Formats: sequence, structure tokens, C-alpha cells
Amino acid sequence: MSVDLQTVKRVARLARIAVSEEDAERMTGELNAILGFVEQLNEVDVSGVGPMTSVTPMEMKKRQDVVTDGNKAADIVANAPATEENFFLVPKVVE
Amino acid sequence: MSDLTRLTISQARAKLRGKEITATEITEAYLSAIDRANPALNAYVAVTGDRARDMAKASDARLVKGEGGALEGIPLGIKDLFGTEGVHTQACSHVLDGFKPLYESTVTANLWADGAVMLGKLNMDEFAMGSSNETSYYGPVINPWRRSRLDTVVMPTTHQGDGGFVSAGGTKTQRSLDNAQLVPGGSSGGSATAVSAFLCAGATATDTGGSIRQPAAFTGTVGIKPTYGRCSRWGIVAFASSLDQAGPIARDVRDAAILLRSMASVDPKDTTSVDRPVPDYEAAIGKPIKGMKVGIPKEYRVDGMPEEIEALWQKGIAWLRDAGAEIVDISLPHTKYALPAYYIVAPAEASSNLARYDGVRYGLRVPGKDIVEMYEKTRAAGFGREVKRRIMIGTYVLSAGYYDAYYLQAQKVRNLIKRDFENVFAAGVDVILTPATPSAAFGIADEDMAADPVKMYLNDIFTVTVNMAGLPGIAVPAGLDPKGLPLGLQLIGRPFEEETLFQTAAVIEQAAGTFQPEKWW
Repeated sequence: MSVDLQTVKRVARLARIAVSEEDAERMTGELNAILGFVEQLNEVDVSGVGPMTSVTPMEMKKRQDVVTDGNKAADIVANAPATEENFFLVPKVVE
Repeated sequence: MSDLTRLTISQARAKLRGKEITATEITEAYLSAIDRANPALNAYVAVTGDRARDMAKASDARLVKGEGGALEGIPLGIKDLFGTEGVHTQACSHVLDGFKPLYESTVTANLWADGAVMLGKLNMDEFAMGSSNETSYYGPVINPWRRSRLDTVVMPTTHQGDGGFVSAGGTKTQRSLDNAQLVPGGSSGGSATAVSAFLCAGATATDTGGSIRQPAAFTGTVGIKPTYGRCSRWGIVAFASSLDQAGPIARDVRDAAILLRSMASVDPKDTTSVDRPVPDYEAAIGKPIKGMKVGIPKEYRVDGMPEEIEALWQKGIAWLRDAGAEIVDISLPHTKYALPAYYIVAPAEASSNLARYDGVRYGLRVPGKDIVEMYEKTRAAGFGREVKRRIMIGTYVLSAGYYDAYYLQAQKVRNLIKRDFENVFAAGVDVILTPATPSAAFGIADEDMAADPVKMYLNDIFTVTVNMAGLPGIAVPAGLDPKGLPLGLQLIGRPFEEETLFQTAAVIEQAAGTFQPEKWW
């Protein structure tokens, strides 16, 4: 499979990365080189093989469903580019 | 006093405990070495001198009372991927500009609890994506090693002294260093350069496809990627969560064992952290390997591999055989599919993990006319080319209609790769010996690699299988190529048998010796 310019622009939109016409053209070539490289996986017979879901065979660790942390609103927003009274500020979303 | 930066961790530990030196002295020695070398090598992106001095002072107080921890007073460098409270933590990306976490990663917290001193944060490929440390927002790291040439020099006939002694002339050989700058490998290039150039006693690093072992091989240092789940991933900036593991880069095998023991832990904050006590890895060093079964996988003999890599591999085989190990030929039939499967799984996970960099919660924000434009402009400006490339690939292979063909297929192939290893371990193989990299360090701005991303990816051909299967792997220096550059061998072990790796790597180290670059910086 390979991608065309339109697909690259669509994927960039999905990934929320602004691309110029020039970027998209360059990326088309690069992505096709990588997709060409991974193409060889199609020759592997995977019948009867499941996908890997856990790297180390172990049961998922669980803990009691209780509050162990919190009351750190100021810490949470400390690194944000724009905040007001411990809220993240973003451009208007709803008119 | 001799240069304190030349001491290994085990040597410094003995001198600190014996009160022959102080933590303050050794810390000052490293800080001034960094001051002198960093403009040339670019290994550190942030030096935390005040904090280092404070930590050293506290270490000295504990050492005086005989209360020092396992790493008391040992100055370390920390890869910029580890969250360090109140200190530069940006994964060497523009998108994390100004980020200073209000928490400490579990691995670094373990190191400080054992008394280690933080010198600063180390350069790396942006978000750990790269094999040359050239994708960093802070510029490339320079390898302290340079190619050299052996020249035959004719000695002039000389007259000397009153006795009228006349030397007969003759020839001698001398090495002269080439000026070309080489990459230290990546993504932990800052860690590898800092350790190799004596700018820290040891360093933390991370490995998703080879990012500890490849730079270790390129700089003549020892690097171990432990079993998936051995070191907590909590507080480390995520790249590909099912592949990422932290580990140390050190000057010798013993130092790597000392560091890993402190870095590893069981952590309730990481659900993939495994409930197993951390053994004393150092105790494995020096144990005989007589009777150990060492597997040599035929699939690691790849087309176009330089002769010196094959020769190095044969030397390694001979050393282990001489030490009493049994050498067996093995087959890992799905090896060639590991790298292509990796370039689906890793970008897929990265595209999800990096979705959080949206200009809202931390780091860079580029304003836009609405929120979507703000996201798109922020991410366009904040991520470098390689990171964007991988996010795009990941987004594509996870997008509707392609998931089964790419991602699901890759995860199935991944199980086959893991099964290959399980089969040889079940057949009694204790450890697998391979080359660490298909070549020695290459030049900065290599044109072939810049033109074709896949060429750069091929650097990880021998290391990536280990991440795909979640196994432990160590790179240990084994010799120099004809141009005087270090080359490494890799040992791969069973899950959680890092001790076997240290035990076997120590045998290689004893036969090969250790390697230091000639100082030019």
C-alpha cells in the first residue's frame, strides 16, 4: 500500500499537525519509503497466532478503588501556557 | 590529586566510603569537566550545579556518619526523558519548552534515595526517536571518539648530548586523529557521550528499539536494557509504552550492575512493573560461565555487514568458548521481521502517547483562530521532522480500514518473534551472543541516512528484536575497528535473568579490556 498527497493531508489533519504543501509532498515520499519497508510483514504466515497483548505474561495489577492523591490543582496547571484560577485557558470552543 | 573523573563508580564508592575523597570533591571535578567539554560535545542540555553541590554536601554528611547509601556521593547524568522535580524535563523537544515537572520519576527517585548526585540533564534524540542524536531540538551530540589512522613515521637520525650519541633512525607507528565529527548513536547519545568522555560517573538512559545499546556500542561503554517491567516507567516521558525500558550506561560491567540495582524496583505506580525482588547484580560478576550454553543466531549475519563486525563476533565466540561455555548454533527465524513490525508498533503507540502535546497543559502554545488551528500550529512548530514522521505513520496505521492490515498483523508477528526466543531458551540456551550494531559510529549529517529514513532505522536491526520480545539485552565493548572506533557485542538473556548477562558480559570485558577515547575536546 502507498499513500498519495491527499491521504497525507488527511492523516496530518487527524494527527492535528499543520502541514504546508511542501511538507505534505516531502512526507508523501518518506511515508511511502517506510510503508514499502514494512510491506514485507505480509509474507509472514500468522494463521493461528494471536496479537501480543502483554509483553510479560502477568495479571494486570489492581489496587483498591480509593482516593490516594489529589488536592493539587495548582500543581496540575503549573506548567500550562495559559490558566486562570486553576483552569486551563483555551480559545473559545462553543459560540 | 589524580583526576577524580577517571574513577569508575566502584572505585569512587570505595574511596568515598574510605574517606579518601569527598562527594563534594568528585562533584566539583565533574562540574568543571562539564564546563570545559560541553561546548564541544553538547552532551548536557541543563547542568544543575547548585543542586549537585547541595546533594554532594548532604552525601558527605551521611558518609562521615557511615550512613551512606549504595550510590552515596556518586555524580550521575540523567537523560532528559526522566521527570526530575523542578528541573528541565523536555525530552529534548521544542514542544515541551519550559516544562519543569512537580514530581520525580521513580527511577531517579530510587537513585537519589541511594545517595546519588545529579549533575544535570542529558541530550537525546527528540522523544527518544532517532539513532544518531541528531533529532534533538538542542542540536546533535558529538561522539568523543574520532576515527584515527596509523601512520608509519620515519625517525630522523639525531645527535644527542656531549657523548655525541647518534641514533640510528628507524620507524615507529603513531595514531593520528581524523577531524570528522561522529555521532554517538541514539537516542541516549548524551548519556553515552557523557559517560565515555568522563562527564559523569554513569548515566540513566532508555531503550525502545536500541537506544541504550547502540549508543553504548558507538562510544565504548556498557549499556543494559533490562527486561520489560524491571524498571518503573512512571515519570518517564512515554514514547512507545509496550517497548520503553530504562537502564544505565556505564564505563564497565560492574558499574552497570551497581546502577541497575538502584534503578530497578517494584512500583505500584506502573501497572507493568513486575513483582520480583531486585537481585544484587554485582554478585554475578566473576562467577564462572563454565557449562553455560551460548546461542549464536544465524539470522544475525546480515548482507553487507562489514568484515570487522563478523570478526568481532567470532572473537566473542572464542572468548566465551575459552571460558568454558558451550557454543551452539541457533535459529530465530522471524528476526528479519522485527524491524518492520517495530516501525508499525512503535509509531502507533507514539502517535497515541504524543497526542497529549496540544498546547493546553504544558509547553509550547502557538495561537490560532480556533482551538483546532491552535493544536495544529502548536504541534507543527513543536515537533521535529522525525517525530512528525512517526506520528503520521502511527496515525495512518491506526486509522479506520488499515488497523488490521498493519497494526494487528505487526502485533501477531511480534508474538512470533517472542516465540522464536522462547523456543531456543526452552532448548536450554542460557544466553544469546550477537553483534550490537551493524557498523561503528558514522559521521554527523550522513547524507545517505538523511535521504532515506529506513537507512537510519537499520542501525537497530540487532537490538530491536529484544524490545519486541521484552527481553533483557546488554551491549559490551569488545574491540576497536581498523579506524580505531569502538565496537560492541550484545548478549540477550531470558526474562529477568539480567544476572546471566552481567556474568557473561564480565567475561567478554575481561578478555577485551575497556576502551577510552583519546581526548581532543
